[in-house]
Formats: sequence, structure tokens, C-alpha cells
Amino acid sequence: MVLQKEMIANHFELLAKAPETKTPVVYTFVPGNLTELIRSFGALPVLPEINALQSGMRKQSGDYIAEAERGGHSEDVCTYVKCDIGMMRSGNIGPGGTKLPKPDLLLLSYTGCYTFMKWFELLREEYDCPTVMFHVPYQGDGKLEPEHREYMLRQLRETVIPALEKATGNKYDEEKLRHHLQLSAQAEDDLVAVLQAGKQVPSPIDGYFGTVYYVGPIFSAFRGTQEGVDYYKALREEVEERAMLGLGPITPEGPLEGEKYRLVVEGPPNWTHFRDFWKMFADEKAVVVASTYTKVGGTYDFGFRHNPNDPLGTLADYCSGCYTNLNLPSRIDMICNYIKEYKADGFLINSVKSCNSFSAGQLMILREVEKRTGIPGAFIESDLVDPRYFSAANIKNRLESYFQMIDARRAGKGA
Amino acid sequence: MAKHDELMTRTAIVDWARDIFEDLDFTVVRQWLEDNPGRKAGGYLPVYAPREVLHATGFLPVGIHGGGDRIEIIRGDAFYQSYICHLPRSVIELAQSGRLDMLSAVLFPSTCDVIRNLSGMWKLLYPDTYVRYIDVPQVPDPGASAEFWAGELHHMIDGLAEVSGHRPTDVDLQRSIAVYNEARAVIRELYALRRDRPWDVPTEELYLLLRAGESVAPETFIAHAKQYIAAVAADPKRPRDNSRVVVVGAFCEQPPLGLIKSIERAGCYIVDDDFLLGNRFLTTTVRDDGEPVRALADAFIRNDMASSVLYEINPLGKRNLMKNRVADAKADGIIFATPSFCDPALLDQPMLRDGAEKAGIPCIAFKYAENTGQFQQFREQAGTFADSIKLWGAA
Ligand code: SF4
Ligand code: SF4
Repeated sequence: MVLQKEMIANHFELLAKAPETKTPVVYTFVPGNLTELIRSFGALPVLPEINALQSGMRKQSGDYIAEAERGGHSEDVCTYVKCDIGMMRSGNIGPGGTKLPKPDLLLLSYTGCYTFMKWFELLREEYDCPTVMFHVPYQGDGKLEPEHREYMLRQLRETVIPALEKATGNKYDEEKLRHHLQLSAQAEDDLVAVLQAGKQVPSPIDGYFGTVYYVGPIFSAFRGTQEGVDYYKALREEVEERAMLGLGPITPEGPLEGEKYRLVVEGPPNWTHFRDFWKMFADEKAVVVASTYTKVGGTYDFGFRHNPNDPLGTLADYCSGCYTNLNLPSRIDMICNYIKEYKADGFLINSVKSCNSFSAGQLMILREVEKRTGIPGAFIESDLVDPRYFSAANIKNRLESYFQMIDARRAGKGA
Repeated sequence: MAKHDELMTRTAIVDWARDIFEDLDFTVVRQWLEDNPGRKAGGYLPVYAPREVLHATGFLPVGIHGGGDRIEIIRGDAFYQSYICHLPRSVIELAQSGRLDMLSAVLFPSTCDVIRNLSGMWKLLYPDTYVRYIDVPQVPDPGASAEFWAGELHHMIDGLAEVSGHRPTDVDLQRSIAVYNEARAVIRELYALRRDRPWDVPTEELYLLLRAGESVAPETFIAHAKQYIAAVAADPKRPRDNSRVVVVGAFCEQPPLGLIKSIERAGCYIVDDDFLLGNRFLTTTVRDDGEPVRALADAFIRNDMASSVLYEINPLGKRNLMKNRVADAKADGIIFATPSFCDPALLDQPMLRDGAEKAGIPCIAFKYAENTGQFQQFREQAGTFADSIKLWGAA
């Protein structure tokens, strides 16, 4: 979408000018990002995962990863980290083609991923800047426990806010925070309407490939901003119109008509061959109606909205509910729910080598979901931004046989 | 326990430990359960679990470290992709083959996302077992973090007490704290002994002793460890011209014993390591008077253990860690021995190695899996390393 491109370009421009305009810059992660809080201090957020995935899409990640590995980073670990480190060592030119500013603060929101801790320890070595850790307890028992919420609130009040005050030179202003949270909730309503459009038959959206674009603004710098509100309003109108006309989703090859398979997908996409990957589905007229990856930066479709009346509490609730902070049984419940509610006839796991947070346990997820829904799943393997781990022929073969299997099941049922 | 009263020889103690280590059926745990009717066994995965809490609620704490090179993985591989470390697949293998069916509870520490997610798998696979993910605080803040951790400990006590039927009093908890204080003290003594006289305390023996200690009651371990120390004193060996090395990175998935032996046989004295790190995670004595849960929480917060499984709050921490450890151990070099695909160890390694190399400390690195069967390459690498250290030392 043109609007989205403009928003992102503007953001990178503001970042490039940040040293000149003396705008403070806070690096943080997508899951558990505290964008409204950061913005309430007049700071700009930088999300290194977004930079990494964009480098992947622009085919630069292979070189960046090689650079990091030459510097002693293991081939076994998360490629987002290596891509980021490689990018930094290659001049820190961000996806906008401009130099990224140094962080005034690394806000380590430790939400759902162990690697985050190491990532910012590594960045701290490079930037020698202040770092504040915000520990979001994992939902090991499948729910946010009240004392965990209290712990997060205390950290926000006692360490995160003072660190932001120090880094930005501005005082905490709860009214400003409420204002941003109000904007978030508005955008979230529209986003959920877009996501849930996938329940329609045929689906007017692709709930994975297309939706990674749709969640882009809200997962990155634009939650709690007027641009974000405008974007999601426009997006919702567009999607609702397609739904009304009974149209399928837009794909890189044009609109997809004649939806043949409805899938639910678990796991992040591959970014280095994103379009090829998507095409493999589109060519078969397979539409992803819902996905879990599009919930890593927040799970809104089960009712959560940022609540301006409880500004810090709502941030804690938000962080706790991000997808990778949920335990395996909750993840399985979510997938089963999607299969049912979105009338899917298949589900697929894209297991990425980089990410233990997602991948460890996915074979168990596969079995459980198969057992509970009676629908056989497909399992493919790739990586996020390391082009060495995308084997197009293998994946295509897998997908083709999977779709044949769905056909056979349908034929069997029909008989 | 008459056996403990008479002095056991070093060989007898090491054999006792080796038998326990090699027995993947955990006979010694099963025997304990038979000898203590009505009591339960509670497992914990690496790295740090508060064993005092298991002990005080009436459990026999049992360390679960996978099957090493002593088990063929048949079922475990069906649960894990090839790019995930070996430990969880062998733990699943042990469980799916019924070898862990004596555990009524299992604790999963926040070591990494693999162990974290394994906690969810356990809930699904073994719904009758008490499963708790242990989210330790990451910042040593005596306010919010200590309160959070105390809350977690209370939560664990409640859950475990429900399973064991024994709700511990403060006195029970204090008693367990005292027992583990003693266990930690004896382990510190063993480590100091090995640091000072590595020819007298081969790491293979120390390792076996510690490993056995994670399957028997702590009181039994303490008795054996003390006997071992006495036996070592009675049987001094002659030093060799070996290089002194610190082995780093093996805190979770354990290296096969053959790998430890290979390093030693290649001419290296291991004078500090991360093996079975949970045993030494708390570096100070926990107060055993006053409110016990608070004492455990405070000890964790005040702890100065730096490890890959915790956030490092000190910006200079990673840079200086290896320099300090090498100085404390009077070591000549570092072997980074890390399990393949181990995020905590491998993500830390560039920072630790950089700090070490800037301090002029020679380093080598290799990766292993707990079931690695061929040690020749490690022996050669360690041998060349030991030789080169001696050469530099002589230069
Ligand atoms: S391990 Fe996964 S969640 Fe963590 S930084 Fe890498 S890709 Fe993101
Ligand atoms: S070996 Fe490393 S990656 Fe594997 S479970 Fe242990 S800490 Fe996690």
C-alpha cells in the first residue's frame, strides 16, 4: 500500500535526522514493545527485527550474516541478531537507505524470547549506551498471574520510566501516554476487523503473507499514532469492500480468485524468498486465512485492546499476551480455534531454524493439532533471513503433496 | 547408611558415583522411593532450580540431564527438528521410555526457550505430573525482583505441597536451606581443591561425584563428597606438566564423559568449568534463620554468579568475566566447549571470547553434542592447545 510505504519512509527519514533534530531514539523489540510509552517521551522507536526482516527482503541479509559470522558469531544462532550486527558493522544503513541513529536507550523488553537478552547485551557492547531490562514473565501456566502483572507494573514505575526520563530528558506524562493508548485502541479495532475478514469464504485477505504487511505499522513504530489510526481505517475500508464484492486477496501476482484451500499457518515466514514463497501458495489458490505469526507483536483478536484508563496496567497486559509469551498448550488452543473459526481445511507449520522461541515444540504442536482437529498438517523448514536455508524445490514439493492430500481427503469425504 | 561410617576408598566412591551416573533407569531414585514410602521424587532441568523447595516439601530432588551418549534416540527425534540441541530430545526419550515415570513433579528453569517450551510439552504429555516453569528474575533488584522471586517460590511451594501432601513449615524450609548450604560448601571445597591440586582431583571424578549427587538425597551426597575429600588427602598424586584451562559453555547439555577425559588426557588440567552449574549457582550461603523464602529470594538477588542464562546488568560484565575467572583459577587458557545449537552459550561466546582475547588469554572453541562418540578431534585440538600454551609460557 502506498500509504504504508510513505509512513515507513517518513519514519526512517525522521530517524536519519534524529541526531540533528536532537530527537531521542529508543531501540526495542517487536514483542512487548512499549511504543506508546516511548512516544509519550517524544522519542522515536527503532525495532531491530524489522530492520533485519527488511534486509532479508532486500537480499542484503546474506552478506550481513556472513559479516557477523566472520566476527565470531555462530552459524547456529538466530539470524536476526547476526543480520543486525552485520548491518551495523557495514555502516548501519537501514532499510530506508539512510544511516540509522545510535540508540539513546536500549529498552530490553524481555518478552517471549530468550535471545532478546543476548541481542541487546551484544548491542550494548557496540554502542556503549544505557540499557534497561523489562522482564515480562512467561505465561507458563497459560495465564497472566496477578503477581506477575504487579511485578511488571513495579518495573515500569521503578526502572523503565526513570530510564526513559533520563535518556530523553523529558518527564513522564501520563496524559500523553493515555492519548497514545487511545489511538492504539482505535487502530486495534480496525486491525481486528481486517484479521477477522479471513473468516469469510472466500477470504478477502491473506492472513499470513498479506497480513505481515498489514501488521507492519502496528508492530513497529506506529501503534498509538494518528498515522496508524488513519492507515488501519483505510485498510479496513478496503478489505470490507473486497469482502462485500466477494473478492479474494491481493497477491504479488494480482488478485487471487477461486480460493481452493484455506490454511492456518504457524511460524514466521521466510523473508529472503518471501515472494517466491507466497507464490507457491497463490499458484495453488491456497489462501492463508489466519496465522499465529501475525500475533507476535500483540494478540488482539481475542479481545485485548490497549486501555487508556489503565495506562501502565494495559502495557503489562499487552506484553504478557504477545504470542511467543504464551505457553505451548495456549498456542495449540489458538491454532485449533483458528482452524475452526476460520473454516480452514489445512494447517501448516513453517519452522524456522533461527528461532527456538517459535520452533522448539512445533512438532508437538503439529501432532496435537492433528489429534484435536482431525486435520493432517504440513511441516516445512526454512529460515527467517538466512538465504542458505531456503530450499525452494523442497518446499514446493512438500506443498504440492500436501495440497494433493487435502484433495484426496475431500474426495474421500465426498464419496 | 553404615557404608558412610567407614572410610570408603577413592575408587569405591568413584565407582559408586559412576554406577549412578550410568544407570538411566534411576534405580537409586526408585530405591529411595521404596525406602521412603509415601514420599515423592521431583525432577528439575538445568540450570538453576531451588532444590531446597523440593526437599522441604518432601521430594527427592532429581537432576534431569538427558541420556548423554548412553541412550539411543528413538522417540525423541520425532519431537525435535535437527537444528535444536540434543538435550531435550534425550530428555523426551528418557520420559517416553518410562525412565522418568517416578517423577511426580518437574521444574523447568528459564534457561532458554527450548527448556521453556519443553515445560508446555510436558504439560501435554504428562498431565498427571506437576509442571512449573521457573521464571527467575533477570535484574538483581532487591525490591521488585526479590519480591517477584519470593512470590514464585511461594507459588512453587504451594504447588509442590499439594502433590507431596507435605506443606513445609519455616523450620522445614530452614532445615533444607541448611542442608543445601552444606552441599554447596562441600562443592566449593571440591572445586577449590581441584583448582589447587588438579592432579589430585581429576575432573572426571569430580564430575561423576556431582552428577551422582543429583540423584541421591543431598545428605548422602554430602557424606560421599566428604569421604572423597578425605580419600584424596590420603592418596596424593604427583603433578604433571599440564596446562591449566577453564572450560566454558557446558552449563546445560552436558558433554559426554569421554570428552572431559579427552581434554584431561590431552594434557590439560581443567581448573574451572560450567559443568552442572546449578550446583554452584548460588555462590553465597543462604541465611537459615528468619523468613526462609525471603532468605532464598535475597540470596538469588545478591548472588554474584555471572552466567549465560542470566541477563548481565553490568556493561563491563561480559568483557571482564573470563579475565576474572582465569585469574581466579590461575588458568593459562580457555576452552569454549558449547553444545551445538545452544543459544545461551553461543550467543555469549563472541562477547566472552573478545574480552578474553583482549586480555591476552589464549582460547579455543569447539562444539559437541551430549551423544558425541568420537573424541579424537577434541583430543587433538586440546593437545595442540595445551602445547601452544606451554610454548607461549616458555617464550
Ligand atoms: S529467536 Fe525468534 S523471537 Fe527471538 S529474536 Fe530471533 S527470531 Fe525473534
Ligand atoms: S543446551 Fe542450550 S539450547 Fe539446549 S536446552 Fe540447554 S541451554 Fe537450551
